[in-house]
Amino acid sequence: MAKARLMQGNEACAEGAIAAGVNFFAGYPITPSTEIAETMAKLLPKHGGKFVQMEDEIGSMGAILGAALAGAKSMDATSGPGFSLKQELIGYAACAEIPCVLVNVQRVGPSTGQPTAPSQADVMQARWGTHGDHPIIALAPWSVRETYDVTVMAVNYAERFRTPVILLMDEVVGHLREKVVLPEHVDVYPRRKPKKTRAEGYQPYTPDDDLVPNVADFGQGYHIHVTGLIHDETGFPVGSPKITEDSIARLHEKIARAGDEIIHTESSFMDDAEYAVLAYGGTARTAYEAVRAARAKGIKVGLVRLITIWPFADKVVAALAKKMKGILVAEMNYGQLVGEVRRAAAGACPVELCGKYNMQAFVPAEIESAIDALVAAHQ
Amino acid sequence: MERSYEKYFRQNRLPHLWCPGCGNGIAMKAIVQAIEKKGLSQDNTVIVSGIGCSSRASGYMDFDTLHTAHGRAIPFATGIKLANPDLNVVVITGDGDCTAIGGNHFIHGCRRNVDLTIVLFNNEIYGMTGGQASPMTPLGKKATTAPYGSVDRPFDACKLAQAAGATYVARSTAFHVNHLVDMIAGGLDNKGFSFIEAYVQCPTAYGRKNKMGSPANMLKWMRDNAVMKAAWDKLPDDKKTGEKFPIGLFYSAPAEDYDTAYDEVIERAGGATK
Repeated sequence: MAKARLMQGNEACAEGAIAAGVNFFAGYPITPSTEIAETMAKLLPKHGGKFVQMEDEIGSMGAILGAALAGAKSMDATSGPGFSLKQELIGYAACAEIPCVLVNVQRVGPSTGQPTAPSQADVMQARWGTHGDHPIIALAPWSVRETYDVTVMAVNYAERFRTPVILLMDEVVGHLREKVVLPEHVDVYPRRKPKKTRAEGYQPYTPDDDLVPNVADFGQGYHIHVTGLIHDETGFPVGSPKITEDSIARLHEKIARAGDEIIHTESSFMDDAEYAVLAYGGTARTAYEAVRAARAKGIKVGLVRLITIWPFADKVVAALAKKMKGILVAEMNYGQLVGEVRRAAAGACPVELCGKYNMQAFVPAEIESAIDALVAAHQ
Repeated sequence: MERSYEKYFRQNRLPHLWCPGCGNGIAMKAIVQAIEKKGLSQDNTVIVSGIGCSSRASGYMDFDTLHTAHGRAIPFATGIKLANPDLNVVVITGDGDCTAIGGNHFIHGCRRNVDLTIVLFNNEIYGMTGGQASPMTPLGKKATTAPYGSVDRPFDACKLAQAAGATYVARSTAFHVNHLVDMIAGGLDNKGFSFIEAYVQCPTAYGRKNKMGSPANMLKWMRDNAVMKAAWDKLPDDKKTGEKFPIGLFYSAPAEDYDTAYDEVIERAGGATK
């Protein structure tokens, strides 16, 4: 039986990464994510892995992509200002299909903002931050233990789909300390391998049945070419409209096709619910308490928590909206994911925002009052 | 007769996209000749480049090749080398790529001393975008963004590399081909961060803007103005005038590379080295 440990969210992220096989970390110090880099600097060499502190946020992102191409499972962690700088190479990873995990422990922005108060205002940046059409996977844990599990999930999705995965934490969860018992075993998705030899006509960007290419690691004798230019199955750039269209469509489709399997949500108190609070990350903890308090007053309200932020849980929200009298979206920002919820609800029920952006995490009473107002407005 | 270096090129990707008379092909060939000279395996050598005219070279070379984002070749190369130290990693970059947008990565690469060989194709201008001034455009020279002559003081990339901690620093030109091959080969030998600047002619943008004449004339300019280091060192300062510049091995001071040092970290931490 594994022992219980007192652990911080950021530490759990580092531990989860190592359990999932991450053996290369490049980073740059930035609060409130720094403990992830510090923990990796300490743990990685114990496991034979490597840590490098790079000269800036862009450099650390470049290093993890290079390492991934050379066969490593790699990760980087940052917060808002660094997340902005990394957008360039997130797009590179999406285009060249390089597996990697980037953690963003969100803090208040824009710009230097309020270091390092909690926020969830990088949700849309995670989706659309880099230029051009691209898919993204973003995951948001709500507890220390779940941070461990979701980090493992992030590493596995990066490998399975050969895509950058954003672990969208927030300061509340990153700096939270909880008692956790870590699992003794986690399932690890191995690096995809070429299914043909060079002589058999191997092309690095030929999609497999799941639309994901089996790009060879460097040093395997395949002599592959990797570029951030739009390329065909050979990996070399082409100016063809058809190939450009097909490439961009495939990038989206490889993730869309996995569909519901990678969209994780969790419902609490929803069996007889007439109203729902939708929340994610640290805010969902407070929302849970608010829902419990509202239930104690006899309000039939439940909590739907998003673990997968992107791709968005369209079907879950659409089905929910058809059953509810109203949905309250609680998030630490001026209103970001609420727009997605309204889009997916498509007018089936009212969707209200409970937003907070004043450096402070929610307290349960704030969300509870918003539930009261939702119920009063939409009987 | 088969030329022995041809096997290092992806014949089906040629001809290259460089302008007639461009010096990039000469520098690219010098790299593979240095690789051949040192007997590096094609399967075990990775070519990493940034963005710009120089950086299109990676696509023509028959190795595992990586055409990164603008200025970012050195960080990608750092990740590759640390993740798989058995690979030989050569970076091809340009004056804009390396010393402008990639300047911070460049100086920290020098300092960190990861075992990489950097070859900077210096055409003194941004060629791919049509001839804008770079941080290595000499004072007074013209570019589309310096139509009256550049007033922006240029970098001496070799001095910069040495000051920042590179353990091997050399310069040559597209005219001095055999010398250039030797300079690159020396960089491949050095287990640490090696920097080689290769002057290359850009007849289309730089040459035309600055009335340098034909590509052959630009090569003659290199012949007439490049001075071997030994001779340069003996020149009195009042003779180091005009457009004269030194070439040769400027600095060689082998030091423990990052990866070897990190292996000791792994040992201290109690982890297993492979």
